[in-house]
Amino acid sequence: MAQISLTVNGKPRTVNTDPTTPLLYVLRDDLELNGPRFGCGLAQCGACTVIMEGKAARSCSIAVSAAQNRKITTLEGLGTVQHPHYLQTAFIEEQAAQCGYCMNGMIMTAKVLLDQNPNPSEPQIRRALNANLCRCGSHLRVIRAVQRAARGKVSA
Amino acid sequence: METKAISRRQLLKGTGALVVSFSFWGPVTQALGQAAFGQAARPSGASATAATTMPSGAGDLDATKLDSWLAIAPDGGVTIFTSKVELGTGVETALAQMVAEELDVPFERVYMDVGDTDRTVDQAVTAGSRTLERAGPQLRQASAAARQQLLKLASDRLGVPAADLTVNDGIVSIAGNPAKKISYGDLIGGKQFELKITATGTGWDMKIAPEAPAKNYKDYKIVGSSVARVDLPAKFTGEFTYTQDVRVPGMLHGRVVRPPTVNSKPASVDEASIKDIPGVVKIVQEGNFVGVVAETEWAAIRASRALKVNWSAPTTTIPASTAEVDAYLKNTKSFRDQVAVNKGNPDLAISQAAKTYEATYHWPFQLHGMIAPSCAVADVRGDKVTIWAGSQGPFPTRARVAALLGVPATNVRVLYREGSGCYGRLSTDDVPEDAAIMSRAVGKPVRVQWMREDEHAWEPKGPQQLISVRAGVDAQGKLVAWDYIDRSFPWTTSGTPLLASQQLGIKATGPGGPNGTGGGGDIYTFDHQKVVAALIPWVQADPTPLRTSNLRAPGELARTYATESFIDEIASDLGADPVQFRLRYLNNAVRPTEALRAAAKQAQWKERPSPAPAASGSLASGRGVAVANRANTITAAVAEVEVNKTTGKVTVTRVTLAHDCGLIVNPDGLKNQIEGNIIQGVSRTLLEQVQFDASGIKTLDWASHPIITYQDIPQIDIVLINRPEMGPLGGGEPSISPVPGAIANAIFDAVGVRLREIPFTPKRVLSGLQAGTLSSQNTVK
Repeated sequence: MAQISLTVNGKPRTVNTDPTTPLLYVLRDDLELNGPRFGCGLAQCGACTVIMEGKAARSCSIAVSAAQNRKITTLEGLGTVQHPHYLQTAFIEEQAAQCGYCMNGMIMTAKVLLDQNPNPSEPQIRRALNANLCRCGSHLRVIRAVQRAARGKVSA
Repeated sequence: METKAISRRQLLKGTGALVVSFSFWGPVTQALGQAAFGQAARPSGASATAATTMPSGAGDLDATKLDSWLAIAPDGGVTIFTSKVELGTGVETALAQMVAEELDVPFERVYMDVGDTDRTVDQAVTAGSRTLERAGPQLRQASAAARQQLLKLASDRLGVPAADLTVNDGIVSIAGNPAKKISYGDLIGGKQFELKITATGTGWDMKIAPEAPAKNYKDYKIVGSSVARVDLPAKFTGEFTYTQDVRVPGMLHGRVVRPPTVNSKPASVDEASIKDIPGVVKIVQEGNFVGVVAETEWAAIRASRALKVNWSAPTTTIPASTAEVDAYLKNTKSFRDQVAVNKGNPDLAISQAAKTYEATYHWPFQLHGMIAPSCAVADVRGDKVTIWAGSQGPFPTRARVAALLGVPATNVRVLYREGSGCYGRLSTDDVPEDAAIMSRAVGKPVRVQWMREDEHAWEPKGPQQLISVRAGVDAQGKLVAWDYIDRSFPWTTSGTPLLASQQLGIKATGPGGPNGTGGGGDIYTFDHQKVVAALIPWVQADPTPLRTSNLRAPGELARTYATESFIDEIASDLGADPVQFRLRYLNNAVRPTEALRAAAKQAQWKERPSPAPAASGSLASGRGVAVANRANTITAAVAEVEVNKTTGKVTVTRVTLAHDCGLIVNPDGLKNQIEGNIIQGVSRTLLEQVQFDASGIKTLDWASHPIITYQDIPQIDIVLINRPEMGPLGGGEPSISPVPGAIANAIFDAVGVRLREIPFTPKRVLSGLQAGTLSSQNTVK
């Protein structure tokens, strides 16, 4: 067990945990953040995606010790139902989900994409999201949501 | 607190403002679930609705009492109690629309209290694209009965006959005199209706209050509009509570240790192998079940992986390959021939036909492939049990857990919490049993989540199918005889104990449920026609990873693929345009004919026979069509593909689909479902097959079992056909049915290669190309 200091959604957090624990379980079980989700534990599906130091990261496959003193943003760090981030508003307006379980990864990956490229083409969006799996088949709506967010055509 | 229940009386006091402030997942879910889990976004004061008394008659609600179905709060908010659950398909939004419509209340005032076995009537599993078709009218009629009673009460209060009253937004007023009014909340808010209604039948077939007058569809305002899904905003912010997010005080984490292949006995369990892992609470070993409970999730995962279990050799074997299963399907006597169509004498007609055709199609075992592995929380306290689960059928889960633990079913309360999309997988939800065993063993609530490899290995698979079709064409070129046999396995998990129960020695009780009968050409009319779905025995003494269950459009996906491929093969041989050829045998049936014409028109279909003239260069493009009837919803699809003749890769570039499910309740919600069906259908057609050998499943992750990703998603064009005069039919799965056949036909159109085995891998395409177009004529004779 070790004391680990993290910066999550702008706030310093300290947890006492097995340092080999993947970041995902610390975020979920210790910090009770439900945005990052377990899908495979193998960095294959993207449901667990967080933003670490500006980059999309698969929290299921990063030991919490490796996230120490690094800036982590989870889905909760973007917005809430009451005050959604414009990207979340775009997803709502496009009704871009069915079960929604994978959408954490879609939104967080899209956030990083738009931070780096505010006006991506459709092929660029597809490429950026290609390693995020969705089983329900909401892909086209997600693409439209990212395009909508990029255009700034969100009513919020 | 999560373990406390809310009484119906308390609930009636507590609704209202909360409903408004948090829309759909209103007060009850808040108090029972999210509030207790420390969620950030919840209406303040939600916990005030918590109480410690169970509603009377808990677990066995009387369907003939209107109060079992709905309640109205003092502020007029409406709560519907239903065991039909949201699986990510939008049905709770659509059902709420039907309720709001019938009651004349704003959509926002309807709150769905979903899947609590202590507070809902058993409406059976949410499956089979039957929810809007069957549960829709159940809730609509309950609402109509409530409206009628409210008008009666208002008539007494306002002193005019009910016929002179009108309702707007939950306010009853005298027609022509809007100042004379009274609200639903003032009429009955917080009180019970205490009204008997008629209820006959059970589950899907239950008929509720047929005596209540329902609205004419011509007056619909809310039904038929694209109301936004109530669950989505919280799903985009992390505020939604999935099954996986349930946390109860004192909860521990469990993981299951299963044998690599067929279930066998843990001959020895080496406790010392995990002694260095901190936080392990207990190794749970009962019968052949082995699990580990730990204080943290990571400790449970580490321990379950490190625990050395010496499994005995299994007493049951599984086949070593898909080909071996095919041989078994072919050579084993069926235990039930389900005859879907039997007309004329196909044998005789084929023997006398001018031309005959014959082909066999292969469909492999496939995965549901939930993106979230199975998860549940169980809290077993003596003989009282609470289960939080994503089960499609909260009541079947209650029955299974009760049987496993040996307690009365009414001692088990199942609280539904949505998992990820499951496509049939959670109609036989295994994990509540794992959690129940481990919770009982440690006397504390235990959360169990399967790991990815558990899910890929042990989820019950969509059965392999082997389909043979023969046909005869007369001298005038008319297809006169059709003889179709599907050989597949039953759903071995239906109506029987599930994995953990079986590991504890509770034996499977029957051969399993049938894999459906539709899709074998029953949409067409031929003079001589036979369609049989034969069930081949598949129950083994021990559970195996090739256990089976219903997978989206179960059985029918494969059968439609075979039908639509075969009819295309015949059309091509006769030099007929595939659309025109189908229209001939749809026999002027209005809905299939209109759907097919609509899809062809939208896709700008050009009449000509397949295949297309050979293309030069490495890319060839083609188009293919297919029609389907799943649960009386009619679909017609046109697929456009590009085939790379050098690599064998098939890209589906566009799918146009016409969809007729009767009355459309929510057009955008329906389109969302259709898009998902098409995309999953393309994935299952081009990529997916469970790989296995005698030692077990080989495809244990997403790398070995790829599914479609963004760069291969086709453009989708949907034509909705609305038939408001009909009731609503299902949209959750019918539109996957035509997809594989349309793709197969498009590939044939592009390159003249007929693919009769799913999935259409580059290797299969290349081998077809190498064999040349003759490959299609070798078996079509």
